[in-house]
Amino acid sequence: MSFISYLINGISLGSVYAIIALGYTMVYGIAKMLNFAHGDVIMVGGFAVFFAVSMQGLPTFAGMLLAVVLCTVLGIAIEYIAYRPLRQAASSLAVLITAIGVSYFLQNVALLIFGANTKAFTSVVTIPAVKLANEQIIISGETIVTIISCIIIMTALTLFINKTKAGQAMLAVSEDKGAAQLMGINVNRTISLTFAIGSALAAIAGMLLCSAYPSLTPYTGSMPGIKAFVAAVFGGIGSIPGALIGGIVLGVIEILSKAYISSQLSDAIVFLVLIVVLLVKPTGILGKKIQEKV
Amino acid sequence: MAALLEVKNLGISFGGLRAVDDFQVSINKGQLYGLIGPNGAGKTTVFNLLTGVYKPSEGVITLDSHNITGLKTVEINKAGIARTFQNIRLFKELSVIDNVKAGLHNHFKYSTLEGILRMPSYFKTEKAMNERAMELLKVFELDMEADYLAANLPYGKQRKLEIARALATEPKLLLLDEPAAGMNPNETKELMDTIRFVRDNFDMTILLIEHDMKLVSGICEELTVLNFGRILAQGPTGKVLNDPQVITAYLGE
Amino acid sequence: MKKLKINKNLKDNLITYGIIIIAYVIMQIMIKTGHVSSLMQGLLVPLCVYIILAVSLNLTVGILGELSLGHAGFMCVGAFTGAFFSKCMQDIITIDILRFVIAILIGAISAGIIGLLIGMPVLRLKGDYLAIVTLAFGEIIKNIINVLYIGKDSRGLHFSMKDSLSLGLDAEGTVIINGAQGITGTPKNSTFTIGVILIIITLFIVLNLIHSRDGRAIMSIRDNLIAAESIGINITKYKLMAFSISASLAGIAGVLYSHNLSSLMATPKNFGYNMSIMILVFVVLGGIGNIRGSIISAVILTLLPEVLRGLSNYRMLIYSIVLIVMMLFNWSPKLINLREKYSLKRLFKKPKEVQ
Repeated sequence: MSFISYLINGISLGSVYAIIALGYTMVYGIAKMLNFAHGDVIMVGGFAVFFAVSMQGLPTFAGMLLAVVLCTVLGIAIEYIAYRPLRQAASSLAVLITAIGVSYFLQNVALLIFGANTKAFTSVVTIPAVKLANEQIIISGETIVTIISCIIIMTALTLFINKTKAGQAMLAVSEDKGAAQLMGINVNRTISLTFAIGSALAAIAGMLLCSAYPSLTPYTGSMPGIKAFVAAVFGGIGSIPGALIGGIVLGVIEILSKAYISSQLSDAIVFLVLIVVLLVKPTGILGKKIQEKV
Repeated sequence: MAALLEVKNLGISFGGLRAVDDFQVSINKGQLYGLIGPNGAGKTTVFNLLTGVYKPSEGVITLDSHNITGLKTVEINKAGIARTFQNIRLFKELSVIDNVKAGLHNHFKYSTLEGILRMPSYFKTEKAMNERAMELLKVFELDMEADYLAANLPYGKQRKLEIARALATEPKLLLLDEPAAGMNPNETKELMDTIRFVRDNFDMTILLIEHDMKLVSGICEELTVLNFGRILAQGPTGKVLNDPQVITAYLGE
Repeated sequence: MKKLKINKNLKDNLITYGIIIIAYVIMQIMIKTGHVSSLMQGLLVPLCVYIILAVSLNLTVGILGELSLGHAGFMCVGAFTGAFFSKCMQDIITIDILRFVIAILIGAISAGIIGLLIGMPVLRLKGDYLAIVTLAFGEIIKNIINVLYIGKDSRGLHFSMKDSLSLGLDAEGTVIINGAQGITGTPKNSTFTIGVILIIITLFIVLNLIHSRDGRAIMSIRDNLIAAESIGINITKYKLMAFSISASLAGIAGVLYSHNLSSLMATPKNFGYNMSIMILVFVVLGGIGNIRGSIISAVILTLLPEVLRGLSNYRMLIYSIVLIVMMLFNWSPKLINLREKYSLKRLFKKPKEVQ
């Protein structure tokens, strides 16, 4: 019975990873850059809710709205100020380092405003826990909401990309920026949109993550961010279903290895699985094979 | 005497696409041989098969009576095939002379430790390498630019440097993939002279892919024409170029 | 002309060594005359550590052209194996300097071997994939060290992955590596002078490697892998060579680091990916492939937060802003054009950036 509880917790954690991984995967697919600051946007989302609800006493819904709006604007601003000027840079490392700079920047701004102390985050979820099988399995409200959110987001995003003009533009830009531009697609605006969506999702992920693990520091987003990136690579970066699969698999492996092997080694196990997957399939589970033309 | 390069029944498929089918050729030592055909006919694919970039689905490649089918690129180079590329592939951040010295890699040796500790063998070998590299650069009139970054060379000289680098590996067979691409008629003419010079002075066998018919008819002794991955015509240059089938393939119906 | 070439490299290298030696002499004079605060003095050994790390990572990133985010992991291996050896041999080899030299060799060799073992499978991957896998390996190394228990008693060494009790040591046995508590009581052998000597050795190895037959092979792989293969260069061999030499130099930095601390723990701060990223930042800001640049940026970026200490809370914020602005300034094509238009620099020197 406890196995099933662990599995559900794993899927729940994995759902959060999947939502974050979406942001990585979309940005990577379109801007071909590793947005290291993505994890810190999660943290900003968490603090926005904390600020609105716990400090200002606003209703939870208002806090959530604030977080999503703030992160969306932040995502667009980061791309515009820090990444766009480097899009044509000679080295792709340049934009990676800038992203690291942005990550430090967000952490330190949060540090200045809120301090280094761990904040107790009040869960945004008010649904009661569900008890199954004579109360042997208890599924918390957070878990339920997280899994459902993940399903809704995945469906909505898939529909958005396949059915809307903006979504198709995103696909076109990720295939070939130059060609997309020639077809009259506004590449800059499409990339902005991608960052906006990714950051809004990061805000949601931040709320869900902090609700399930209610401690908030300026560094909260950093490790989940890295793991979500691992999930994105694991599933095949650039692929939306890949992010889902990668996220869930990673979450389940992490929770199960914490439960059955060692809580200290769980991260190592997660990373080891990634390495094995990449060695067998160098572009991830659902990744496309790329071959250089000679 | 057996031919230097003997290819029999060479073929490869990508997915369902038959890129090269039943390719065969026999090139004698010292020959200047041309491989022509319309775009997409599979010429570069043949080069990639000969140099081990792709593994052939079937067929046998024999170089100097050694079977080199399925060997890795590095081993094929050591066996004696060097090439240039259609889209120039120089070591752009290295100097011109270092590009050639990289080509000399397998013929002038000292150990890593000797290199790091700057033992006498380092200085001796490096000196010999410099001399040899300068000799090669002189052939291509690149000696004045020896210390330039390869990326800063003009286009035509980049093509020449690629040939110099390939020759540095001391091949038995040199493959040139569209050496005249992007050159003006004067440069092309000069290139023709250089190619002949290389053949005569380095005792080289050369197989080249080219679209420039002047160059092909000017220097190639024999030709193979590829179309849709298959051999359309093969034989002495004059005869092949007058083949009605070849003319149709090039000019359309 | 060909003679000239070797001399040019030699001259360039001599300038680099010269900068280090002059900086060392000036620093020593300032210390002797009491112009250096104890805080600054405490920074000198870490500074040497960072310089070695930056130079060694530049071998992977700039010369081999592969992005590694796991450099701190190799430093971690060096730090722990070196400290482990020193702790074990403290009573057996009593000559400090001899023991320290052996510890450095052991740190370098073990980090090099780990680099080789990791490099063999992962160097097939490219770009961002390689980056994430090296990051993963760095984290794995750190995590494993955190659950590693090694003790020593009359019967020899004992290992455990659980806790110090399960080592089953006898009465006079001592725990040397105590899981997350790490190693305590490593002899503090690291000094500024030794640090500088190690920097020079590192430079000697890296610079001489670059300007040799093997260095050329490594750089040819960086510039064009397919062409390198076509001229008979063994890709795997040279990738592994660069990667493992880089790892073993990071191991040396680790030994220097661990012998500067009385208590050595593997935390996310010192051996986590944040450290790897910081080293990468040194390399990129100093100019990818530019060894001297790595040294200079390591010095500036290590001292900058300390110089800004007066601004206490704001210093890391300023650090991050400086980082972003410098990246934009150095790499944005628009800004580069603008700079070239209005800069006086072009009048006497052509830009040395990667094209």
